[in-house]
Amino acid sequence: MDRKIRVIIGKPGLDGHDRGAKVVAAALRDAGMEVIYTGLHQTCESIVEAAIQEDVDIIGLSILSGAHMTIFPKVLNLLKKKRAEDIILTGGGIIPEEDMKKLEKKGVKKMFGPGTPTTEIVDWINENVRAKSKKTKTKKIKKKTGKNRS
Amino acid sequence: MKKDDWEKKSKTCKERDQEFTTVSGLPIKTLYTHEDLKDFDYDRDLGYPGEFPYVRGVYTNMYRGRLWTMRQFSGFGTPKDTNKRYKYLLKHGQTGLSVAFDFPTLYGRDSDDAFACGEVGKCGVAIDTLRDMEILFNGIPLDKISTSMTINPPAAILLAMYIAVGEKQGVPTNVLTGTIQNDMLKEYQAQKTWIYPPEPSMRIITDIMGYCSDNVPKWNTISISGYHIREAGSTALQELAFTLKNGFTYVEYGIKAGLSVDKFAPRLSHFFNSHLDFFEEIAKYRAARRIWARMMQNKYNAQNPRSYLMRFHTQTAGCTLTAQQPENNIIRTAFQAFAAVLGGTQSLHTNSMDETFALPTEKAVKIALRTQQLIACETGVANTIDPLGGSYYIETLTDEMEKGAYEYFEKIDKLGGVVAAIDKGFFQREISRSAYEYQKKLERKERFHVGVNIFKEDEKVNIEILKISKEVERDQVKLLKKVKKERNNAKVKETLKRLRMAAANDENLMPKILDCVKAYATLGEMCNTLKEEFGEYHEPIIF
Repeated sequence: MDRKIRVIIGKPGLDGHDRGAKVVAAALRDAGMEVIYTGLHQTCESIVEAAIQEDVDIIGLSILSGAHMTIFPKVLNLLKKKRAEDIILTGGGIIPEEDMKKLEKKGVKKMFGPGTPTTEIVDWINENVRAKSKKTKTKKIKKKTGKNRS
Repeated sequence: MKKDDWEKKSKTCKERDQEFTTVSGLPIKTLYTHEDLKDFDYDRDLGYPGEFPYVRGVYTNMYRGRLWTMRQFSGFGTPKDTNKRYKYLLKHGQTGLSVAFDFPTLYGRDSDDAFACGEVGKCGVAIDTLRDMEILFNGIPLDKISTSMTINPPAAILLAMYIAVGEKQGVPTNVLTGTIQNDMLKEYQAQKTWIYPPEPSMRIITDIMGYCSDNVPKWNTISISGYHIREAGSTALQELAFTLKNGFTYVEYGIKAGLSVDKFAPRLSHFFNSHLDFFEEIAKYRAARRIWARMMQNKYNAQNPRSYLMRFHTQTAGCTLTAQQPENNIIRTAFQAFAAVLGGTQSLHTNSMDETFALPTEKAVKIALRTQQLIACETGVANTIDPLGGSYYIETLTDEMEKGAYEYFEKIDKLGGVVAAIDKGFFQREISRSAYEYQKKLERKERFHVGVNIFKEDEKVNIEILKISKEVERDQVKLLKKVKKERNNAKVKETLKRLRMAAANDENLMPKILDCVKAYATLGEMCNTLKEEFGEYHEPIIF
């Protein structure tokens, strides 16, 4: 059987609004995923560290404090630095549409706005993790064959 | 026609395919009559406005004498930016101020703290030292305007800064009017801004209560808040029960600290949410007044009638606003504000339509303020007191709310009281469970939210958004550095040392904090000093 999809739901920075993060965490858990909820007041570093340690497929960040344009790019950079870019970054919160678009351009795979049904998030994760694991599998095979050749 | 006949007839009628419950899930009957109020006793259960048990209102002539205070919660960017917004709101007829602080300030951190990066001035105004408060209230006479400050773990410090600004304006402390939220219990339960563990937090709160009853007698020392409990996802009943139980816990700690209940209780105020279910909200406010009065008299033996008064502020429910078709939020907010007024609120904040995207623009906040002015000036609801009193439905709901709250009180007592129940994660679990249930109901379409799961549209949202520039953080850090350079650092060190000693020795912290503030010690320096003595809180992880 395929391994369960592993997700980390993170609350970076000082923001205390955790209703959305907890509802999404519970919905993903009920949809059969392994969910790690970081709790409040995490640094970007600690979230990325936990994501790597826990070998997650996806990081979901919840930001309602207005600090999204600082935090998302920082997490992207950390993932790059740690060579963990295969972990998908997504998130949501109180974020103007214009900023959501900017963040998606920078490399956040998808931003979810207020009112998104949890089923939509579950479907999106299922689809994108599956697509990703297919890609990594082919990559791994390619790598192997590459090695054999040398 | 007899009631039985009507009931028979009614059962043959087809009903809409919908669950008939309040938004919190209480079942609702087709009709309420005098039979629902069989044991109803007017004098015992309602009384007259300004008289025990205050169900009909806390003052004798309520809005006939004075309308509620129109108080928009507001703050963003630098103190200069916010000062400008305050003057704008006052110019347009707002009657009180309410300060929103940014996250670093709420957590007692300075703008140059590593954790503050990206958050300075974003969610509210940044305050580091007394200099910032001087700018924030520049040109606003503190003897004429009342100010509410949403601040919790560092409440004592912000109050001290306000007192110091008043002093510079020549306003004595016994003239200052306003409120600090200072409700730490609901922070652990719902709003989640904390620094110290519960016990030292309760000690700071009783210090403030003691200091203010002697020195700042018109100041509301705690705003016992259900707003955030509701926003975090609770039902109306949970909001009511948890808020009041928190309130009684402050009363118990005050008495335990040796304060006279009739001296501090009259300065306790409350703060509730106004959510979607019109009648349920009104019943909640009425029940809250009755429970508070009865418990203060019977359980806590208060003698001063002012101790029985549950005065409260209301804010319309931010969590009900939608990013879809955002203009609808104006109407949603108007209904919620209407409920708060019919429920007898003392002050009111109406949310702006654009708050699911960012802090509100001037235009959006003006519409929100105008909504209150429309209710006050055009609808006629302020002409008579408690116009829904005596309604079979409202009185039944009020009774049910009261009964449900007492059941919760018993449950919490069995867990060892509020602080013990926080340690056990009781409130946190109850609230997150309700939040998840509500979301599931929306997704199963058992509850409707216009624009979200019914009457949806493919739309391009096109409304103006308030932007906080990057320069805010830079300017704020620059000013902080300047203040630190210009102040007498030896004096700052000395006042901080005395604060630490007072914390260790159970002395009242307020006078020491005032000395630190006047020496221009920073918020972060003071909070860190107390942290060294009190330690830090860590939450249990529950979802």
